[in-house]
Amino acid sequence: MTPRALAIAGSELRILRRNRWLFMATLIMVLFALALTFAGSAPTGSLGVDMLTVSVASMTTLSVYLAPLLALMMSFDAISGDRDRGSLSLLLSYPAGRGEILLGKFLSHLAALAFAMTVGFGTAGALAAWSGGAGVDSLLALGRLIATSILLGAVFLALGYGVSSISGSSTAAAGMSAALWLIFVVLYDLGLLGAVVMDEGGVFTQSIFPWLMVANPADAFRVWNIAASETIAVTSGMTGAASALPSWAAPLSLLIWPLIGLGLARVAFGRVEP
Amino acid sequence: MDNSLIIKSVNKFRGKAQVLQDIDLTVAPGERLALLGHNGAGKSTLIKSILGLTPIHGGSISINGAAPGSAAARRDTAFLPEAVSFHPALTGREQLSLFANLSGASADVPALLERVGLADALDRRIGTYSKGMRQRLGLAQVLLGRPKVALLDEPTSGLDPISRQDLYAIIDELAEQGTAVLIASHALTEVEARTDRIAILRKGVKVADNTLAELSSEAALPTRLRITARAGEIEKLAQQVGGTRVNGASVELRCRADQKMNELRRIAALGDVVVDVSMTPPKLEDLYRHFAKENRP
Repeated sequence: MTPRALAIAGSELRILRRNRWLFMATLIMVLFALALTFAGSAPTGSLGVDMLTVSVASMTTLSVYLAPLLALMMSFDAISGDRDRGSLSLLLSYPAGRGEILLGKFLSHLAALAFAMTVGFGTAGALAAWSGGAGVDSLLALGRLIATSILLGAVFLALGYGVSSISGSSTAAAGMSAALWLIFVVLYDLGLLGAVVMDEGGVFTQSIFPWLMVANPADAFRVWNIAASETIAVTSGMTGAASALPSWAAPLSLLIWPLIGLGLARVAFGRVEP
Repeated sequence: MDNSLIIKSVNKFRGKAQVLQDIDLTVAPGERLALLGHNGAGKSTLIKSILGLTPIHGGSISINGAAPGSAAARRDTAFLPEAVSFHPALTGREQLSLFANLSGASADVPALLERVGLADALDRRIGTYSKGMRQRLGLAQVLLGRPKVALLDEPTSGLDPISRQDLYAIIDELAEQGTAVLIASHALTEVEARTDRIAILRKGVKVADNTLAELSSEAALPTRLRITARAGEIEKLAQQVGGTRVNGASVELRCRADQKMNELRRIAALGDVVVDVSMTPPKLEDLYRHFAKENRP
């Protein structure tokens, strides 16, 4: 942690606050989390679990889509925006290294994301617990959901910086980010699903598919949250794939991905000639 | 080490095209060098090479003894990019404070902003600034931390005439405190009066590098004399002095700089026929055209 990275982080955080980004992201998280929690509260009685458990299961599904989206929306113009304005060459002429610049932006964006996630899921979780009860297990699940959502966001922040570095303009970066989101969150799963259907329960489905699934950070996020809590696995009905893997696989994937992403972003940023 | 900035036979290629060819250039502490050239002549590329933002393929660049892009070089260099803009959500004070923190220099941010005429806009968002105000903000960050070398890319673009005067006053101040200043510019008339030396790039080749006076005599461009005749006597005048008729009442002569006095004596000897003589020495614009044009031997 260098003073220069902190200076950049402070400035970026101020920008996020001033252009209402922080407020909007938090509002989106709160609204979606609340809506899902109360729309999805019906099965509580039939499954015999408390309402917070159901709420966390719904919010896990939500976060798979929303965390990468919010992260990419923050990071896609982190480099290209500065280049479009002509201030990137100036920034790079200062003693701050490229790694420090990247780290500063990452810290501020991650802090904003963490704030939005904690407030959003926290509010919905608190309301669910208050109206339908909570236990130690479901509270742990909520904490895990918030922490893993932040990790998932970190992955896509880093990937967004990479996209922002290699694209010629912010417009192109926005397009590439949308494609990235679609691939990781939708198309990858569709492809795997198709392969499983074709395979009809063969070797692929038995031994390769779970690993391929957990290699995708979005799926690793899902598997981690589901596998870690039996009650959530019950409510989401997704135990098969998760149980085929050792318990460390999903956490490892989700912990390693932010590092891979930042490494890629650093390499891509290093090649930028402003 | 006498010179703050030393560029030695620098070559740079973009694909197969050579964008910089054997460039030699030095700027001494306190010297103001104007770097002139058409668009695409390589001015901005040279500046980016000095900043270490783009690699060079041969030759060497030294900034106060340090290599381009090194921590020492970046600490000693100030840069004003062409038509720079900043994040619209920040205020001038916040943006400049960030730069001060990045440079590691302790700076009196309000005083700096006042120096460039932004005292009133200190706490306004940059999004509300005019183009000229953004340029002034860019200039304010150049003044941070007493740089050894200042690289200004088209510093006057977007500035009104009074702001330009202010800008050159600030450049003079920089030079007085010992900063080597390199100004890439199109604004020839301003550069003429405000710099110590002029270098001209053409298609990546340095075609001139000297003081204005030396360049003038090197180019041997003619001085123009315009002689106005008394009403009705233009025919007589034209016969006596030669030259070309330019309008109903004047003739124009071109002569070498060392012939100027002879010509003037000859004209003075003509007596009453002549009512006015005006003399135009070659301007930087003429010199620039001379050195930057194609097929020059």
